[in-house]
Amino acid sequence: MSDVLISTKALSKHYTIGKGLFGANSRVVRAVDGVDLEIRARETFALVGESGCGKTTLGRTLLRLIERTSGEVLYRGEPLGALDEKTMRAMRKKLQIVFQDPFASLNPRMGVKDILAEPLRAHGYGSEAEIEKRCKELLDMVGLLPHLLRRYPHQFSGGQRQRIGIARALANSPEFVVCDEAVSALDVSIQAQVLNLLRDLQEQLKLTYLFITHDLSVVRQFADRIGVMFLGRLVEVGTTEEIFASPRHPYTMFLISAVPRPDPHQRNRERPMLVGDIPSPMNLPPGCRFHTRCPYAQAICKQEDPLLTDRSGRAVACHFPLEAT
Amino acid sequence: MMQPPPLLAVRSLRTEFSSQNGPVRVLDDVTFSVPAGRIVGLVGESGSGKSMTALSLMGLVPAPHGRVTAESIKLSGTEMTRLSPDEMRRKRGRELSMVFQEPMTALNPVKTMVQQVGEPLAIHTGLGRREIREKVLRMFEMVGIPEPAARLDVYPHQLSGGLRQRAMIAMGLICEPKLLIADEPTTALDVTTQAQILRLMVELRDRVGTAIVMITHDLGIIAEMCDEVNVMYAGQIVEQANVFDLFDRPSHPYTRGLLASIPKATEGPPGAGLPGVRGAAPNLARLPGGGRSNPRGADARPTCRQQRPPLADLGGGHLARCWLHTKEGAKA
Repeated sequence: MSDVLISTKALSKHYTIGKGLFGANSRVVRAVDGVDLEIRARETFALVGESGCGKTTLGRTLLRLIERTSGEVLYRGEPLGALDEKTMRAMRKKLQIVFQDPFASLNPRMGVKDILAEPLRAHGYGSEAEIEKRCKELLDMVGLLPHLLRRYPHQFSGGQRQRIGIARALANSPEFVVCDEAVSALDVSIQAQVLNLLRDLQEQLKLTYLFITHDLSVVRQFADRIGVMFLGRLVEVGTTEEIFASPRHPYTMFLISAVPRPDPHQRNRERPMLVGDIPSPMNLPPGCRFHTRCPYAQAICKQEDPLLTDRSGRAVACHFPLEAT
Repeated sequence: MMQPPPLLAVRSLRTEFSSQNGPVRVLDDVTFSVPAGRIVGLVGESGSGKSMTALSLMGLVPAPHGRVTAESIKLSGTEMTRLSPDEMRRKRGRELSMVFQEPMTALNPVKTMVQQVGEPLAIHTGLGRREIREKVLRMFEMVGIPEPAARLDVYPHQLSGGLRQRAMIAMGLICEPKLLIADEPTTALDVTTQAQILRLMVELRDRVGTAIVMITHDLGIIAEMCDEVNVMYAGQIVEQANVFDLFDRPSHPYTRGLLASIPKATEGPPGAGLPGVRGAAPNLARLPGGGRSNPRGADARPTCRQQRPPLADLGGGHLARCWLHTKEGAKA
């Protein structure tokens, strides 16, 4: 077994909304609801799912950018939740994030130099000369020229901004980087450039990625293992090859079959398709959360919540998983 | 064999915006046609001119900063370039209509669904309130909105993204237009909802015969539903072909790069790197000389930097704007 870098035990994040008098009308959104996850050192673990499934919340709860409601996050076996603020602050050097929107995640009033220098200064990197040198090094790492340090975010294209966002995340030499829809806002030709960059950096700097995305095509090119989320739960975990060759959870199967294929000769293929909408996370159905849309659902699915069980080396949360092919 | 004239024929569409640095030509010599009952794709990256083509055809480019000129835009025999704004208004929503990308911002938050989906009927027909309500209800059924009667008097925020987009499509189709322009109609939606909406659009075309201009950046969507495809780059159509020719024999270097960049969800070994397209799209205010994609072309030669390439005919209606496919280019 390769070594686990970061893991969660029954991690939950619940939001209470509409407080009312003494919490009278309050309802609970179970954004993340009892997730057990293991991410191994130097792998790319992709978290996929549709909007509102809790993938972003899970990513941020891992980094303690959002405080958990219950459960635990372990970094190299040590519970992050037990750390006091000072220790946690030092720990943040190792835990970084690249955000989705390259237009909103860079301060428009800060030059590139200050954007990159801020995390260095915050962690007492060294003298200003050393910081300047490091900033140039960072730009070079992400394929930008050193004289661009004097520029402002608006002078860059979307792809270049995302490179700056990556450089900022790498400033303090992290071990674990959450890429939250890091290439989703980019055009496909630029997306390919940034993905190749992320892969090269992983190789050079021995990084571990949690890659959060709704785009299954990107995941297939990029991830080693995949976790599929549905309404706050992981419903399936496996290697990229396993998940795509033989999805075991019906939801995973529908998700993969819904992706339009760039081959007109396949347009008339038989295509299983989901009907209806995702249930509200405020009003979860009893039993399996997927049963309202699942064509294979039986009586037990309406009553008993299936647990993520390890079957034949991979995990599926389903009472009647699909046959392995 | 005589071919019937196409439903929409656009010849040499040019759109310019005035800017501090002089006029910027955002569309240059855009020529394409849409046969009746067909789905024609416009594909390209951000800023390639896809949406601008749609807005130009709809007469929605804001004056006086924007200026649309064309040799000819014919919609079922009518020369659209000669219409007055009033005449254009009578066409819009009735003979050609548009579905916008963002169903949250494109719908009016303070009007009920029946009010806004029925609005084109109120404007273009003499129907009374009860008849409009009846027609909107039938349209909601047709686009597969569950419990359609219960959705008539609600506001957009009470519907999910998928339902809002279905309502937008209902609004686009309510006057039974001959042509529907859909601008990235599924980009804001989840992939399972997207699959439902795309299937719905193809079904409507099959049943009602509405021709569709499908604008998207997603070559998967093009492959799934379009009959013919126009690839746009920096304001020009760089390749035009039927969908099978385009994917089987991509002829413009940009199209090839684009096809090579797509991460595929279902084919090939997982984890393989992506070749991508070198560099970035040019600034339209400072275009390179010659072929617009020349700085990024893998086989660019001196000619590509000096002269604008013509659209070369590769046979069977397959056109590519690149020196590689001309006699002069072949000699070089």
